[in-house]
Amino acid sequence: MSVETLDRIETKVFEKTKSLLDTEMHYCPGCGHGVAHRLIAEVIDEMNIVEDTIGVAPVGCSVFAYNYLGMDFSQAAHGRASAVATGIKRVLPEKYVFSYQGDGDLAAIGTGETIHTCNRGENILIIFINNGIYGMTGGQMAPTTLPNMKSTTSPFGRDTKSMGYPLKITELIAALPGTYYVTRQSVHKPLNVRRAKKAIQKGFEYQKLNKGTCFVEIVSNCPSNWKMTPVESNHWMDEHMLAFYPLGDIKVPNVKEA
Amino acid sequence: MAKVKGDIKIDIEKCKGCVICVEACPEDVIAMSNEVNQKGYLFAVKIEDGCTGCTNCALVCPDAVITVYREVKQKKEQIAVITNVTENITVSVDK
Ligand SMILES: Cc1ncc(C[n+]2csc(CCOP(=O)(O)OP(=O)(O)O)c2C)c(N)n1
Repeated sequence: MSVETLDRIETKVFEKTKSLLDTEMHYCPGCGHGVAHRLIAEVIDEMNIVEDTIGVAPVGCSVFAYNYLGMDFSQAAHGRASAVATGIKRVLPEKYVFSYQGDGDLAAIGTGETIHTCNRGENILIIFINNGIYGMTGGQMAPTTLPNMKSTTSPFGRDTKSMGYPLKITELIAALPGTYYVTRQSVHKPLNVRRAKKAIQKGFEYQKLNKGTCFVEIVSNCPSNWKMTPVESNHWMDEHMLAFYPLGDIKVPNVKEA
Repeated sequence: MAKVKGDIKIDIEKCKGCVICVEACPEDVIAMSNEVNQKGYLFAVKIEDGCTGCTNCALVCPDAVITVYREVKQKKEQIAVITNVTENITVSVDK
């Protein structure tokens, strides 16, 4: 008699995490916002802090982030997400508070709030999606738009003589003593997605230490306004955006201190 | 060495046809359909058996429509030796 031994079993190795709601996202096909949302939800579920987390959505394409992330949320006026997050964190210091902002939101109209939040060293996590353009309003030039990059308000390419240079706000705030952990990641390839998730996780974990602002930049794409297919936009991003915005940690905590 | 066997399930009605998963798949088992879903997008489909369950496609999917399965080998462990058996006996192990 032969006895069947069960030596192969099928297991689920990846599925949509619980706090990423079933609501269909309004983002264009291939938009990096979707992946960034999922990573936040995954980290929060893995840390089991969904009841203790409050997010602040910006103005921009991700204005409806609260429809997709199943946790407490607020939505701030344009550029003010980090200021609103500051208020929430100061009233409820035991909660995990994060803001989620685009480059037009965080680095243009909200530059003042961003810099001062980081300079005060508020214990929040700022997630910054940098797609080098104003996505929601139809592809106008942002402070982060690359030199010679075309947008609806720089149809012949960004001329740095008259339009200034792209703003590396992440490097700027990393220089402030209030920031604790500053990193730049992307979500266009599997390896980068894994790294970005680690970075977001660290951002949440460090919040417990009350050591200052954590800032995670995610360089992302905008296929619709870059006028490319999603795959092309990822290649273009790899070639051009990442050359100007190199990935990696910009400020890491001193482990001995922590 | 035998390859790890995997499988993916795609929620075709939520897929927006961005093709990023097709790019990310190292085994080329995903392609785009010839028909459209209710939203009007060509959706991703699994066309071959070579899936290893590496999760690359699911990691880059912006709409989280891919669920990945993997067959895991369990070590066979010798738990008993039975000799001189004259009747049928059943040996079971708690999972
Ligand atoms: C006070 C104010 N000024 C301007 C606008 C118009 N507006 C809406 S979204 C946006 C830019 C958003 O771009 P970004 O932050 O890069 O986000 P994305 O849409 O690219 O994700 C602007 C200027 C506004 N809503 N409120």
